[in-house]
Amino acid sequence: MSSDAIAIRVADAGGRTWVESLHDWITTVDHKRLGILYILYALLFLVIGGLEALVIRIQLIRPHNDFVSPQVFNRMFTMHGTTMIFFVIMPVMFGFANYLVPLMIGARDMAFPRLNAFSFWLTAFGGFLLYFSFLGGSGLYGAGSAPDVGWWAYAPLTSRAFSPGHSADYWTIAVLVSGFGSIGTATNIIATIFSMRCPGMTLGRMPLMGWMSMVMSGLVLISISPLTAAQVMLIVDRYLGGHFFDTQAGGSAALWMHFFWIFGHPEVYILVIPAFAFASEIIPVFSRKPIFGYPVMVAATVGIGFISMSVWAHHMFTIGMNSASNTFFVLTTMAIAVPTGIKIFNWLGTMWGGKIQFKTPMLFCVAFLFQFLIAGLTGIMLGAAPFNWQLSGSYFVIAHFHYVIVGSILFCIFGAVYYWYPKMTGRMLNESLGKLHFWLFVIGFHLTFDLMHIPGLLGMPRRIYTYEPGRGWEIWNLLVTIGTFLQAIAILMFLANLVVSYFKGAEAGNDPWDAWTLEWSASSPPPVYNFAAIPTVESRRPLWDRKHPEDPDSRYD
Amino acid sequence: MSNATLSMAQEPGAWKLPYRGKVGMACLIIAESAIFTIFVVAYLYYAGRSLSGPTPREVLETPIFFTICLLSSSLTIHFAEKCLERGSRGGFLGLWLLTFILGGLFLFGTAQEWHRLIYEHGLTISTNLFGTTYYSLVGLHAFHVTVGLIMLGIVFLFGLAGRVGAEQSARVGVLSMYWHFVDAVWVVVFTMVYIVGR
Repeated sequence: MSSDAIAIRVADAGGRTWVESLHDWITTVDHKRLGILYILYALLFLVIGGLEALVIRIQLIRPHNDFVSPQVFNRMFTMHGTTMIFFVIMPVMFGFANYLVPLMIGARDMAFPRLNAFSFWLTAFGGFLLYFSFLGGSGLYGAGSAPDVGWWAYAPLTSRAFSPGHSADYWTIAVLVSGFGSIGTATNIIATIFSMRCPGMTLGRMPLMGWMSMVMSGLVLISISPLTAAQVMLIVDRYLGGHFFDTQAGGSAALWMHFFWIFGHPEVYILVIPAFAFASEIIPVFSRKPIFGYPVMVAATVGIGFISMSVWAHHMFTIGMNSASNTFFVLTTMAIAVPTGIKIFNWLGTMWGGKIQFKTPMLFCVAFLFQFLIAGLTGIMLGAAPFNWQLSGSYFVIAHFHYVIVGSILFCIFGAVYYWYPKMTGRMLNESLGKLHFWLFVIGFHLTFDLMHIPGLLGMPRRIYTYEPGRGWEIWNLLVTIGTFLQAIAILMFLANLVVSYFKGAEAGNDPWDAWTLEWSASSPPPVYNFAAIPTVESRRPLWDRKHPEDPDSRYD
Repeated sequence: MSNATLSMAQEPGAWKLPYRGKVGMACLIIAESAIFTIFVVAYLYYAGRSLSGPTPREVLETPIFFTICLLSSSLTIHFAEKCLERGSRGGFLGLWLLTFILGGLFLFGTAQEWHRLIYEHGLTISTNLFGTTYYSLVGLHAFHVTVGLIMLGIVFLFGLAGRVGAEQSARVGVLSMYWHFVDAVWVVVFTMVYIVGR
């Protein structure tokens, strides 16, 4: 990066009042700023959703506890689930994709910058609308405030008879609005990848982050839309007197389940595929080897995308489908283990024989590999219909999917923040604080979610408000709650690290990790226009070629 | 930017990528198709399950004329686009207006049918399952036609003002993709509602 580019940025930043900078941030169409806004917004909701989880866990710490009322408890688990899925993980993934994809493919911005800003603000207002329900949800009815129908909002719980007031409407409209935002961003990511790549950046040379963002966006288009349609039907039922999910007029509650899980299962892969992307960028750099089996990784990702659309009813084995449907959904669920297993072997193959550096981002990714494997194994157990009949709706399921969402996805997100924070701010995150965060979080995570399997196996149902003593659940619930607090402390340390390092962190320079993708060729943080001259690439590792002109990758392509 | 990587620069013009507007519209069409699929599935799943009348067999009349209007508007918009590429302004405006009128006629047909169903047969969205699924599926399509007509109208006004030329043909092409999609959806909706679902 030439020095005049940096000089322009500094001159730009100087002499602006805070009102002007705030105005700049609110009206921005720059993909980097929108990416950071997405991530900050998600961090805010991570704290809120985390506090809700703490309320749930304090309530369950001992039998017959009454820390909160049953009504508040129902609101807490509904809001916790909805917040974490729609307003934490999805925005954070969109944030990273927004920030990184244009930089990685050598573009100056996303394909549709204004659509990008519009999508972000839709998502943002969706989240604020959901939380406004605490104030406005009771409307004139004096009945309930925040949504308390669970994050699946099964019919007929959402009908007027069982959800008077406006709480269910806030849930529906918040999810609907943020869904439109997601579809806009997904469209943008795909158009950017198809139409904005720099010369030489063929699809086969694109960083895996690009490929996986594309598959994730494709899944968003195909699976968020059914949720949108189902939400419209729910609004028709609630406001126009329709009968879609009204069993008394011949409607079907099971149809809502199908529509919800047609969204719900691909959604898991919308969340986890970007986590795979982070691992696929971080593991090679800290193993000092290019990714092992690039084409197979791409094929496995696309394969997962396709298979994930045909497994949804494994969430519904207990509603009594016929044996042909049960068999089909068991088999497709098992099939998804194949491409996923391929990925795990490829990451291990990347590390094998490499000079592994256990910096904080790498630590999180290594933990991800182990935890994702275990999450997959309990997934296979739950994917077998007979086992599922026994344990569906128990804490075993909760433990399984938190192993995916916390143990795999959140770990990769932490890794990604440690890895790209220097690019976004120009400062390194504190390494020893980071390692402390990692170890505390690992211990807290395993204390909570390893042990949570056991009360599930002992028959403790999910969403239960309290329980009788003497069933052997007490000690597990106590330990699980202690683990939650360890995780909360670790996250506080992480947030403190983000703030302190922003002001006091070591200067990062352009390329602190000696990495190989194009974002590290720009300054830290990159200028508004990213690249003074659009780069040209000749291999999958353009910065390696630049640093090693005597032995470029392009020679072996 | 260091120039070290810029060695072996590409031939100018050798690097061609698809137009972002087309890719974006294709994405929107994929998402919209998924939405329509869910509504069509709901329509078929509930066909014949209403607990009370009126039933589709009693009240629906096949809107053949208005269907022909909508489907032929796909042809007119296609030729309007070709005229624009060739730079024939008059041809473009005429065919574009014809597309708008055909789309408007279709919407009028839907309105007429709804008026008849509501006032003669007493079928509303809350009457029975058929009403709920029929009005939401056909209404969702009519909503897309309305959005399309608004956009067609805006382009027509710009065209009258002389602001739409051959250099805008790629953008006009994006709008025409949307219009073709709306027509294609009608083929599915028509088949399901007026043929299969009766």
